[in-house]
Amino acid sequence: MNPVARDTARDVAISIRSVAASFGDTRVLERIDLDVYRGEIVSLLGASGSGKTTLLRQVLGLARPDTGSITIGGVDVASCSADELKAVRRRIGVAFQSSALFSSLTIAENAALPLEELTALADPIIALMVWMKLKAVGLAGAGTLYPRELSGGMRKRAAIARAIALDPEILVLDEPSAGLDPIIAAGLDELIVFLKRAFGMTMLVVTHSLESAFRISDRLAMLYRGSLVAVGTPAEFKASRHPRVRQFLDGVPDRLADVASEGLAASYFQEFGT
Amino acid sequence: MLEALGRRAMDGAADVGALTIQLSRTLVALPRTLPVVGSRRRWRTAVEQMLTIGVRALPVAAVMSFCLGYVGALQAAAELRRYEATRYVVNLVTVAFTRELGALITAIALSGRSASAIAAEVGTMVVSEEVDALRVMGLDPVEFTLAPKYLGALITVPCLTVLSTCCGIAAGYVFLVFSIDITLRAYLHEVVNSIQVRDVLLTLVKSLVFATIIVQVGYIEGLRVSGGPEAVGRGTTAAVVNATFLVILADLVAAALFYLMGWSAVG
Repeated sequence: MNPVARDTARDVAISIRSVAASFGDTRVLERIDLDVYRGEIVSLLGASGSGKTTLLRQVLGLARPDTGSITIGGVDVASCSADELKAVRRRIGVAFQSSALFSSLTIAENAALPLEELTALADPIIALMVWMKLKAVGLAGAGTLYPRELSGGMRKRAAIARAIALDPEILVLDEPSAGLDPIIAAGLDELIVFLKRAFGMTMLVVTHSLESAFRISDRLAMLYRGSLVAVGTPAEFKASRHPRVRQFLDGVPDRLADVASEGLAASYFQEFGT
Repeated sequence: MLEALGRRAMDGAADVGALTIQLSRTLVALPRTLPVVGSRRRWRTAVEQMLTIGVRALPVAAVMSFCLGYVGALQAAAELRRYEATRYVVNLVTVAFTRELGALITAIALSGRSASAIAAEVGTMVVSEEVDALRVMGLDPVEFTLAPKYLGALITVPCLTVLSTCCGIAAGYVFLVFSIDITLRAYLHEVVNSIQVRDVLLTLVKSLVFATIIVQVGYIEGLRVSGGPEAVGRGTTAAVVNATFLVILADLVAAALFYLMGWSAVG
């Protein structure tokens, strides 16, 4: 029996257990434990360099952790064979931060690529499925455009259309709202919530945007310097007294927060004045 | 000093190892790019690559060969004139181009033109996470991008070699028309006499080796790009330098091998 499995009543889609990772001598992830349940949206929050992209790469099997396991659909992607990894990846759709659309292909061709390469479907069926996905992300009329002809927000939508082409159980989004203005970002958040409701997808979203995380998430998980410091619902987060959570929520720079959390704020202000 | 030298050697050995693994994976994926037996889409990409590699590099390779053919004829004539042997310029240029210069100049032009283009393209794909996207989609980047390029190069580089050899030999004729009285008919007669089938075949094999070096080095340097867009520039430079160096090294090895096997003697 696994003592860490608390909520056995719910289906676990992604189970991360004591994952640690390092680049050279630098530890970037420290014993991460996290469950993502089927049908929920979990946002991984954290400042730049907190290790959230690294954790994402481990989940996708693009990098292997030093220790620990990441179980998706009964397969440990941290230690499985290349063929098993390929099978697991069929169940995961990914929209990368930089969209990663193939620049020589149109939006429709980009979204059709996984279907053409990995299924034996006939061309008219693929065309129909692509149209459905583009419609779902609000790009029904833009299929013939090339990625360079799209705005940042449209490119993110196109990346999501490609990610859901194979109807994945799990959708992974890396910084969906990064680099977008607040209105476009809000529209994208709406799309994410719509996709969850429409397709019942489980989503793991990496973001540093609090607003967006609160809008879309069922639960949030916060990384700080490679450690998971808090996991909870948006309401729990807002009420949290955890110094790292408060620092992130209130937008306090690192040095000031360090000083404050060690109870040295008074001496700090005495020394440097205000 | 000795330690640095040792480290360089270790790096070099690791590079050769990585290239060998990549090449073997490309060869495994190569049938998938062929028409009929492979994927239609890969073959289409391969044809696109042939046009890109062939059309882009043809002018450079042709002009370089022409210039070198002309200069070679000029220098040879200056020496041979002293022995009243100016007409041997034809044989000299022909032999030099069919054996060495045609393939070598084409490969150097392609190192500058295509190895850099491949490194830049793949490097950009790495930076914009397209390579990661292929992997998570369950598509093999080697089969998807490298194998079609390799097939394209295997077909176009020998063709370019033949064309640039022709350019070099034509340049010899242009020079001789201005310096001694020679008819095109007499010139071509001499050319045909000095072309050895064995030389042509060995050169074509050599051009396949050069094609391998150019594509594989370009791709591996592209894959090594990490970080921002400025890293793409560094990768491109590394691709050109390493491809050119390895082409010349391979040419040296080939020349030594052909000499030892006795294939260099004019029979």
